[in-house]
Amino acid sequence: MAETTLVEEQAHDHPSDWAYVKIALLLAAITAVEVLTYFESAITVFENNSVTIASLMVMMVVKFYMVAMYFMHLKHDNPLFTRLFAGGLALAVAVYVIALSAFEFWA
Amino acid sequence: MATATDAAVDTADHGHDDHGTSTGISNTKLAMWGFLGSECLLFGGLISTYLLYKTRRGPGPENTVIPTDVFDIPFTSVSSFVLLMSSLTMVLALSAITRGDHPATRAWLLTTAMLGGIFIGGQVYEFTSFIREGVGYTHNPASSAFYTLTGFHGVHVSLGIVMLMSLFVASKQGKLRQEHSETVEIVGLYWHFVDVVWIFIFTVIYLIPVD
Repeated sequence: MAETTLVEEQAHDHPSDWAYVKIALLLAAITAVEVLTYFESAITVFENNSVTIASLMVMMVVKFYMVAMYFMHLKHDNPLFTRLFAGGLALAVAVYVIALSAFEFWA
Repeated sequence: MATATDAAVDTADHGHDDHGTSTGISNTKLAMWGFLGSECLLFGGLISTYLLYKTRRGPGPENTVIPTDVFDIPFTSVSSFVLLMSSLTMVLALSAITRGDHPATRAWLLTTAMLGGIFIGGQVYEFTSFIREGVGYTHNPASSAFYTLTGFHGVHVSLGIVMLMSLFVASKQGKLRQEHSETVEIVGLYWHFVDVVWIFIFTVIYLIPVD
């Protein structure tokens, strides 16, 4: 009985199957735009390298966020999981930005 | 003798017992999130190494071709799309077991494993075509960093496929019941992580133009 209640709670907490499909369609659309930037002649704005890189980074972060929040359920789960994952991610970004700076990667 | 599927189901049983912890959350799930946090550091190191070496060509004339010279973006885009869609099928497998629909769970698990297999097949094809074009593992620092990074990711996908097939077999044997949904969720977390790592690799390694 208790197990059934837990399963029912989980089912109610998570988005519906159709919501997952809509998220996947949005992710696919963003991926299509990312790939378009490679064929830069298709869209004039992507002829500028800085604009292309900035756009790609934003789209990457949006895709990352959507998968983590909805498919990995961080949005609906205990905040401790978000802190644990974000902590590892922030540590990795900090360590490797420093490492890349030490090798003058940004110059 | 205990099989891999028995072990998977045992882990699930313990996972549910762990809900009676002082934190009120599953230790198994907490451990998986901690593991994924640490994996960020592993892939961060591999990606940083590639970024540092991506334009380093080898000394001899036969070692001058680097991965960015031979990237096939349309092909890799299809592989990326396949892996992205496998995240959808994975989450649908979890949704199915949560409502006790076992045939649907098995169908989605198998679909996810097959999509992962297609991705790996694509990677093997990409590697062999790169080698044919003169980009060997030890030809230059750029190719070594590229193969190490994408190869490591491929190993992660392959391990994910093994886990998915173990769940499929367990379900087929009736050992993966509705109350074991957390096992599917934990394997799903791993699978989605592999997907988000590829989202990063696809943008930073393949799509961002090299000066």
